[in-house]
Amino acid sequence: MNAGGEVVLDLQKVSLSFGGVKALTEISFDVREREIRAIIGPNGAGKSSMLNVINGVYRPQQGEIVLRGQRFTRMTPYKAARAGMSRTFQNIALFRGMSVLDNIMAGRNLRIASNLFQQAIWWGPARREELAHRERVEQIIDFLEIQHVRKTPVGRLPYGLQKRVDLGRALAMEPSILLLDEPMAGMNVEEKQDMCRFILDVNDQLGTTIVLIEHDMGVVMDISDRVVVLDYGRKIGDGIPDDVRANPEVISAYLGATH
Amino acid sequence: MLYRENGQFKTTYAADQQTFPIAQDRWAILAILAFAFLGVPLFVDEYLLRAILIPFLILSLAALGVNILVGYCGQITLGAGAFMAVGAYAAYNFHIRIEGLPLLLTLLFGGVAAALVGIVFGIPSLRVRGLYLAVATLAAQFLTDWVFLRVPWFTNYSSSGSVSVANLQILGWQIAEPIDKYLFCLSWLTVFALLAKNMTRCAAGRQWMAIRDMDVAAEVIGIRPMVAKLSAFAVSSFFVGIAGALWGFVHLASWEPAAFSVDRSFQLLFMVIIGGLGSIMGSFFGAAFIVVLPIALNQFLPALGRLLGVTVSTAGVAHAELIVFGVLIVFFLIKEPHGLARLWSTGKEKLRLWPFPH
Amino acid sequence: MGFFFETLIGGLMAGMLYSLVALGFVLIFKASGVFNFAQGAMVLFAALAMARLSVWIPECLGIDGRVLGNTLAFVVAGALMFVVAWLVERFVLRHLVNQEGATLLMATLGVAYVLEGVGTSVFGTEVYKIDVGMPKDPVLILEGSFEGGLLINKEDFVAALVAALLVALLALFFQKTSTGRALRAVADDHQAAQSIGIPLGRIWVIVWFVAGLVALVAGIIWGSKLGVQFSLATVALRALPVVILGGLTSVPGAIIGGLIIGVGEKLSEVYLGPYIGGGIEIWFSYQLALVFLLFRPQGLFGEKIIDRV
Repeated sequence: MNAGGEVVLDLQKVSLSFGGVKALTEISFDVREREIRAIIGPNGAGKSSMLNVINGVYRPQQGEIVLRGQRFTRMTPYKAARAGMSRTFQNIALFRGMSVLDNIMAGRNLRIASNLFQQAIWWGPARREELAHRERVEQIIDFLEIQHVRKTPVGRLPYGLQKRVDLGRALAMEPSILLLDEPMAGMNVEEKQDMCRFILDVNDQLGTTIVLIEHDMGVVMDISDRVVVLDYGRKIGDGIPDDVRANPEVISAYLGATH
Repeated sequence: MLYRENGQFKTTYAADQQTFPIAQDRWAILAILAFAFLGVPLFVDEYLLRAILIPFLILSLAALGVNILVGYCGQITLGAGAFMAVGAYAAYNFHIRIEGLPLLLTLLFGGVAAALVGIVFGIPSLRVRGLYLAVATLAAQFLTDWVFLRVPWFTNYSSSGSVSVANLQILGWQIAEPIDKYLFCLSWLTVFALLAKNMTRCAAGRQWMAIRDMDVAAEVIGIRPMVAKLSAFAVSSFFVGIAGALWGFVHLASWEPAAFSVDRSFQLLFMVIIGGLGSIMGSFFGAAFIVVLPIALNQFLPALGRLLGVTVSTAGVAHAELIVFGVLIVFFLIKEPHGLARLWSTGKEKLRLWPFPH
Repeated sequence: MGFFFETLIGGLMAGMLYSLVALGFVLIFKASGVFNFAQGAMVLFAALAMARLSVWIPECLGIDGRVLGNTLAFVVAGALMFVVAWLVERFVLRHLVNQEGATLLMATLGVAYVLEGVGTSVFGTEVYKIDVGMPKDPVLILEGSFEGGLLINKEDFVAALVAALLVALLALFFQKTSTGRALRAVADDHQAAQSIGIPLGRIWVIVWFVAGLVALVAGIIWGSKLGVQFSLATVALRALPVVILGGLTSVPGAIIGGLIIGVGEKLSEVYLGPYIGGGIEIWFSYQLALVFLLFRPQGLFGEKIIDRV
């Protein structure tokens, strides 16, 4: 738990609507260096929209994203990736036709320096580079304990392993900020424990800032440093887990209703 | 028992990242190449070369190109024939307009011209995909059909509308006899197949496949769709363009735009479907299949007809060919969307375990 | 001025035939999400069947009289189109439920090949006439407005009338019948439609059959004007830009798109052709479609933005 770093990501009055439907209304919050920041809320609260706004998949009608002092009014996924953000997906968006190894290697894309000609020739810079990246990717594979499936097409893997590969691909980018979209959805207890361990290790060992969306309240309260609570696209709570748990508005909107 | 990788332990990533990580594959490829370069010339006759081997080699090269675009990058094209035409006519114009340009460069420039046109007609892929893109590529097809038919500059004001090249040579090697043509095309194909294999297993290939499989996720990990798609169009058109130039210069020697009509585009697409989308090997299988099938039917159907006591006319054979093609395409799409290449790899998988499958 | 209008009307007439072919595309796309490349082959197949049957049936049955012969031929040809629809569903579509659009498109290319092959081996490859007794004589109209009036074929009028009738019937069918509603549901989502108990297979047979009938009508009009021959199969390629222009899901779009393309082709050929060389008809419409793809991918009347990146 390292809650005291400086602000790396600051969202300022972000509003997003689809047609006439408001998904997010003037949401502001910040994320500090090396912390685990959770976004929670009941179904349809706008959690996923929030994440999609942060890394530029959706473009908010209003508001700004400040990333390490740099202002983005029009964030795109590519810019976000360049700025050191990576993410996983709620309903796993892996490259189904590719092997586990290739999926994670694809995460190294921004670090590839060789050009198409060098790659076509293979011997020389492209080969050296591939091998260096392979080495790095193998470390991630070791870390996530998926050595045994490294050459298997991801489409053939069970759900829990696919989630790990998804995380692996995000880690391969060596992000400074990692966005996790319901990393534990649909998992059994054992798989959840594994995933928790990975998240905490990443945060601890690599010093990666983590923003995560999660349904499982218990897990969220255990691992996160600070929590934002959304309801119907509005922010109704923000603070350390204990404060949020005691917030009456949060209890009535979310905790009281479902737990 | 022979085909297995037991005992081939890889101690470095370099060994695991080779073009052909399994030793038997390496030897098999070397043996096939040796046979193709040294063995085949010993026994083939002219018919075999002209009717089967040379078309097979050139169309394999084109199919490789189409497979990069359709199979690896997932961008469907019905305009491959157009890029063959661009390659052929561009090479022709370099040939006649630049005195003494070496043949190698002429053909390469043809490919480059095709790549440039490919990029232009690849632009719609940034906006639309799937069947819409197919229509956009047809636009390329019909435009080039017309340009090479009606704009006399491209055919050097030839009165018949057809163009011809003669006297091909590289460093004194006259490429005149079918056997020379065969070796010439084989060399191109060997080099380009290797290049394609390398690209598809490197960063470029991963970018293309990422776009094919899940374009949103691809962008999130920092792949720019524009770069990935247009580079696929460029590389694909380059391959197809060179194949077109070879088809014109080496195979036909004298040709008209009809040689690169929309039928050719369909044919190339079928090659990669039947051979296997997203497989280098599949491109060869597909090309072989489509080149050999009509010839085989030509031999087989009249014989079958005689057996049953009916005469099968040549027109009848042509119709039967259409039907067989159609049925096969549907069959492959339903039963084996990964084509002959998948059958091949399933076979290899079985062979690895044989004779103890459990 | 008179010449301009004659070109215009010629274009409208050609465009109407494109519209009919495009209509077949739209019907099948709406109901199954399949971009049916075989529509041209279906037109060829239907027209060949009609042309040959209208000769064979009177010969076999020994009946005389064009009307009866043609009616019988029409019924049998229609039945054949039903068989085609059933076979396509049974052996192709059923196995490709919920596949990607591109896969389905390639499958219909296969279907097109089979139809062309079967059609030509059964019915022959020569140029055949279909004679359904369309009036052939030209008439002069609007003599008061223009000097010399406008020279128009009566045949074209009849054809236009038939086409309009067909479109009206189809619109009724889609909007007012429960089958039409089911068709639209299937178009939205194969699996969802199945789960609420819409028999997917039967719907597909129906819609392919209807598209087959449209192809038959288009084939008859085309055949009685220009004769039936193998090149008719390529009409699908001519009609593709029409559906892009009009919007893949819109029946009015197919009609208006067809007319625009028909007129555009003729006018560009006549007025633009001399400057840049003849034969620009085909690519002109494709470039027009390309512009639409870039700036308005859903076409003029398309319902929604489909398949955008």
